[in-house]
Amino acid sequence: MTKNLRVKTSKFIDETYRISFKFNGKIYYGFKGDTLASALLANNIHLVGRSFKYHRPRGIMTAGSEEPNAIVQLHNKTARTEPNVRATEVEIYEGLEASSQNCWPSVNFDIGGINNFLSPFLPAGFYYKTFMWPASFWEKYEYFIRKSAGLGKSPTKSDPDIYEHKYIHCDVLVIGSGISGIMAAKTAAKNGLKTLLVEEKPNLGGSTIYQKSEIFKINNQFSGSWLENEINELKKLKNLEIKIRTTVAAFHGYNFLLARQNLTDHLPIEHRKGKIRHRLLKIRAKKVVSATGSIERPLIFDNNDRPGILLSSAIKRYVDLFGVACGEKNIFLTNNDTAYETAISLIQKGINVEAIIDNRENIDSKLLYDLEKNNVKIYKGFTVVGTEGYKKINKILVMQLSKDGQRVVGSKIKLSCDCLGVSGGWTPAVHLFTQSGGKLKFRDDDQIFIPSNYPSEQICIGSCNGDFTLNDIFINVPKSLKKFLKIKKTEYENFEILSEINKSKRNIWLLPSDKILGKTKSFVDYQNDATSKDIKLALREGFRSIEHVKRYTTTGMGTDQGKLGNMHALGIISETAGTKMGELGTTTFRPPYTPLTFGTIVGRNVGEYFDTFRKTPIHEWHISNNAKFENVGQWKRPWYYPKNNEDMYQAVQRESKAARDSAGILDASTLGKIDIQGTDASEFLNRVYTNAWSKLAVNRCRYGLMLNEDGMVYDDGVTTRLAENHYIMTTTTGGAANVMGKLEDYLQTEWPELDVYLTSVTDHYSTISVCGPNSKKIVSKIFADLDFSDEKFPHMSFKNTKIGQINCRIMRISFTGEHSYEINVQANYGKSIWEKCMEVGKDFNITPYGTETMHLLRAEKGFIIVGQDTDGSMTPIDLQMDWIVSKKKYDFIGKRSLYRSDTIREDRKQLVGLLTDNPEEVLEEGAQIIANVKKTPIEMLGHVTSSYYSPNLKKSIALGVVKGGKKMMGQKLIVPMENKLINVTISDPVFLDKENKKLNA
Amino acid sequence: MFLINCPFCGEREQSEFKAGGEAHIVRPKQPTELSDDEWAEYLFMRKNIKGIQFERWNHVHGCRKWFNIVRDTSNDEIKVVYKMGTKPPIK
Amino acid sequence: MKNRYSIFSLIKNAFSHHENWQKAWKDPSPKKEYDALIIGGGGHGLATAYYLAKKHNMKNIAVLEKGWIGGGNTGRNTTIIRSNYLWDASARLYDHALKIWEGLTQELNYNIMFSQRGVMNLAHNLQDVRDLKRRTHANRLNGIDAIYLNTEEIKKFCPIINTSPNIRYPVLGGTLQKRAGTARHDAVAWGYARGADEMGVDIIQNCEVKGIKRENNEVKGIETTKGFIKTKKIGVVAAGHSSVIANMVDLKLPLESKPLQALVSEPVKPIIDTVIMSNAVHAYVSQSDKGELVIGAGTDDYISYSQKGSHDIVEGTLNAILELYPIFSRMKMLRQWGGIVDICPDASPIISKTSIKGLYFNCGWGTGGFKATPGSGDLFAHTIANDEPHKLNAAFNINRFVSGDLVDEHGAAAVAH
Repeated sequence: MTKNLRVKTSKFIDETYRISFKFNGKIYYGFKGDTLASALLANNIHLVGRSFKYHRPRGIMTAGSEEPNAIVQLHNKTARTEPNVRATEVEIYEGLEASSQNCWPSVNFDIGGINNFLSPFLPAGFYYKTFMWPASFWEKYEYFIRKSAGLGKSPTKSDPDIYEHKYIHCDVLVIGSGISGIMAAKTAAKNGLKTLLVEEKPNLGGSTIYQKSEIFKINNQFSGSWLENEINELKKLKNLEIKIRTTVAAFHGYNFLLARQNLTDHLPIEHRKGKIRHRLLKIRAKKVVSATGSIERPLIFDNNDRPGILLSSAIKRYVDLFGVACGEKNIFLTNNDTAYETAISLIQKGINVEAIIDNRENIDSKLLYDLEKNNVKIYKGFTVVGTEGYKKINKILVMQLSKDGQRVVGSKIKLSCDCLGVSGGWTPAVHLFTQSGGKLKFRDDDQIFIPSNYPSEQICIGSCNGDFTLNDIFINVPKSLKKFLKIKKTEYENFEILSEINKSKRNIWLLPSDKILGKTKSFVDYQNDATSKDIKLALREGFRSIEHVKRYTTTGMGTDQGKLGNMHALGIISETAGTKMGELGTTTFRPPYTPLTFGTIVGRNVGEYFDTFRKTPIHEWHISNNAKFENVGQWKRPWYYPKNNEDMYQAVQRESKAARDSAGILDASTLGKIDIQGTDASEFLNRVYTNAWSKLAVNRCRYGLMLNEDGMVYDDGVTTRLAENHYIMTTTTGGAANVMGKLEDYLQTEWPELDVYLTSVTDHYSTISVCGPNSKKIVSKIFADLDFSDEKFPHMSFKNTKIGQINCRIMRISFTGEHSYEINVQANYGKSIWEKCMEVGKDFNITPYGTETMHLLRAEKGFIIVGQDTDGSMTPIDLQMDWIVSKKKYDFIGKRSLYRSDTIREDRKQLVGLLTDNPEEVLEEGAQIIANVKKTPIEMLGHVTSSYYSPNLKKSIALGVVKGGKKMMGQKLIVPMENKLINVTISDPVFLDKENKKLNA
Repeated sequence: MFLINCPFCGEREQSEFKAGGEAHIVRPKQPTELSDDEWAEYLFMRKNIKGIQFERWNHVHGCRKWFNIVRDTSNDEIKVVYKMGTKPPIK
Repeated sequence: MKNRYSIFSLIKNAFSHHENWQKAWKDPSPKKEYDALIIGGGGHGLATAYYLAKKHNMKNIAVLEKGWIGGGNTGRNTTIIRSNYLWDASARLYDHALKIWEGLTQELNYNIMFSQRGVMNLAHNLQDVRDLKRRTHANRLNGIDAIYLNTEEIKKFCPIINTSPNIRYPVLGGTLQKRAGTARHDAVAWGYARGADEMGVDIIQNCEVKGIKRENNEVKGIETTKGFIKTKKIGVVAAGHSSVIANMVDLKLPLESKPLQALVSEPVKPIIDTVIMSNAVHAYVSQSDKGELVIGAGTDDYISYSQKGSHDIVEGTLNAILELYPIFSRMKMLRQWGGIVDICPDASPIISKTSIKGLYFNCGWGTGGFKATPGSGDLFAHTIANDEPHKLNAAFNINRFVSGDLVDEHGAAAVAH
């Protein structure tokens, strides 16, 4: 039944290479070089999909990325499925499977088509006015609205393809390889500039490359032949890189552009494995030449959306480039000469053109005379007022336009056809230009917006700059290029140009009809079913700005982003509201130019590469010893080391007990380490920590608390004085980078007079903490030469030593309250020292512990964890750490903020210990603390910040913050859980060894 | 994505830098002498200018140096870059 | 209401081809004087005018809008509505708003499509878990619906989330507020505009404020591109441009205006039936009634009024989206855009009197202002009408930056140890 409409061999199509593909389950054939659209048209298939709102049958309308209607789902139900793909952009390959979207059960018989009959009740914005009663039903209404909305289907499997990014730096980027782009690229490259030419389509040459007609000649050659030679020469140039199938998606400030290079979408699925699907090019160009061309405008009349109605330029592209006729009885509706060009192409190929309906009355065009000679009937000053044919156009209704073009007069003429080409003139593709911040001006002559001023080093040339004819291009493009590239001459001067096209145009945004507007369906946005009457309704209801109208009617919000209809929407608003087009402005063109695959944007940053993975030099040992890991910032830290099917609780109980009873070992390498040197190092520490540092002796350590300038606790850690002017500061794991940044900031910008140098050495050292009553025995076995006596190596002191040839820094500091040592060695020796500790410690049951046990042990001692027991709203006073806040120091970061009226209040939340009445009951971290149970809202006094079962104290312990808690020692409070109330008593936050006996043991 | 001309390293991608807000807000030398209002003015209150703004940037993934930029915040055009501690070259 | 919307009015109008619909709001020229002027015709400004007229009987008022109503952050956000905030003051403020949302369609006789499909917040590390549990407990005691879900429950509620324990930042748990959801942002602005207009409020578009006239530290009127307008009370609801207005009267605010970006995918059939937010990996996503995935990105770190942000932010957000929803890899970004968000140091708003008599500011909503629209309008109207705050917005005064009583909603997100 399907006819073959392949009419003529085209050199762009390889007819020796037949390709089979499936559309809606049926097998069809096309040739290499075909798009899905051209192959379907060759098989006489126009009906491809259904529209968004009214489910009207829709066909292929264009031959490019501006296509609103012919969008399909590829490879439905497979991992490579993709929704909303434009048939006009898919290059066919063996095994391609495409199906229609937004229709059920099929595109030919779609239940949703009923919406077309309900359309009188579904004007623009109808949903704002209804579905309000009864109120509780909205959810149910919405369920059906959602189900009927959407176009294709989301994939449901993981993407098997890979993507990548590439940075490109060039002198000149040329976007578009039409005649202007080729001229620009060749000129730039020949002048020694590193040039990149990108083209969206698989072949170069734009719409000129297939011009083989007497009406367009360059130096007596067909313009297409001339351009072909130019391209052949261009390809030989050294400075030039050409990327086809590459669409510039976004043009950002500072000439930063994103382009998607499509590498495998045109290949059979089985050839894609292991290959990169898309490459996202991140381009920094010194200069950008936009030669992005223009998009033909449709015309707005009743039932202008039927399958079989195409842009005239698309019909030309299909016949000239693909050798496919879109119909056998062609009629055109136009307001300018473009349709005539197409008609001539068709006739050249022996395809029947019945008539041309031209809005213009007086036409002095050579093309017209040529056509009349070929017996094409030209209706001058006429228009189409309607069409017939549900799934494919079969008739048009034609009437004469009044002199002013506002009405139709006379009687209706019915003409039959199977294809209607429409041409409403051209719209420059200025999307990228405006994305970059460029402003447009309106050219009244042909009612177009063209670039006005350039916000960066860039120009627009050719038809995107309003130069539509060969004459204009050969006058303006060389001129622009010379100025922009600062060169004296181009190759394109004094050419002999023949261009028979007549520039006259009769622009009528909304063509008049014999029906009242309310009875017409003249589509402005095809995909979203926004009609001219919707736009007029919006205006009637007070929506005046183009943005309002766009949002109210959804014009321009489909997957084509209004590439076809936006200008008509503006035109209709302008005419209706009586505002000049130039004053109305356009809606903002937002990136991307055409939809950009998420995977392309993400590139390789998936899976384990989603974020940097930081691991300590001892990581491998932790893995081989069955550690479970916790993410802390970008670090993987051992969380606990389960043995023999222990759960976390059991492992942590065992680890905690071992650390206190004998010996524990912790990989503390993730702690931030900042090397601080300079004659003012002590003064610097005085200013950044709350306590005083000048008097700290060399080889001694001190705990410091760092505040934000707003007085809230920011970070903490132990700092050691290695020499008179040399300190090593420890920070929290998660805070390291921020602390470093903050210190640099103060040093460079507030206190540049200080002689201080900061170096981050976090990654340079492995840090191993050995704690417990037997820790001394272990470390003294490893460092046999060192005197570990309390007199020589007291708590909070430091020694430099060696193990073999390896330098070691040992600090006797403790975060557990146990006697403990921290060994710092050059990172790559970390694992061997760790193993050494394990080996020596075997006799003492040395037990590796992770962050969870560390948390428990320090909580027993009432040590805080910044970020867990503090939340950016706690001062050191709130933490009952007044002892660390120097009263004597004149100033330190955050000091002033501690004395504001609300930071000195006594009823602020303060850190306390919490003991449950039932010692077996462990509180939930994050649980709230209250005094009385009343009806909601219940006043909350604070919350539990840390909570554990302590195996050493054999009871549950917790830290929390409570309003005025400092003065509530011994008071009973309640922790209300969802299903029970837990009674707690406020206690000192130090639960174990208040006298610090263990530290000094 | 700006291109920022670090006064120490030359032109680099914005992603190497971190913005640090309004420039030339000097930390009071004697904070304890200030009223709560005056301290809040230093700590929190900002001009937040639309138009020509003097601001601080840090080449955090480069030389780590802080420096100043004059930028038009209405269109993000960078006018001048100058080193910390020097007077702004334009008004 | 002279022009009541319903299925019946829709059918009735269908027979006259929808040619008899009235203007949703008029297009008046400004009068010489008003009892109060609202600067900013976004959702918050229009809601303020609506409640001034409705609850405080102030009908001789006008809203001045530089561009077109709802054209700023109201029309640029990802439409998430929730009230599960940590601190009492915030929770009560946002829940006040949420309660108004629940009846707003009927109140305005305008379907704002408030869809209570729930909002889920995910935890990706142990501190996230503690923070979310803390918030859940606090919400419950404040009478706000909130439940904590473990990983399996999350998977059950939203099956497309990748809950594998082997991903870079596995989902460890999360919270769910079922009353939360989304609404149609434009409709909120339009619905309030229509309601306010109906009560006599003048909505004046394309009217830019050029200066504020003061005498003896008292406001006297506004200089605009449509001439001088006299008034004694000015409510500034200019979002990203708040500082621009404040600078006109030499008032400094604790604000920075930064780019915030968002994007939508092409529309597809229903695939996500809730809103999912993840702070740790920075991704939030929902699906609009039209079928688009609506994805919010983060803010840039520099001040800008250009309504553009950097590509790195968008890339980072989509990285996170594919981490959590690998099935979206072949989905396509249809549109991206930027807004200007005014952020306070404590990530909480200001709804407050100022040191100038008759001048009120409602600003600092940062990335989360849309959800508060009705509550913000209601409380700001109260503050303007009574020259003192309502108890629900008392904590959100400007003076908190002086006294130190911040409502620090992002401090809780510290990562350390």
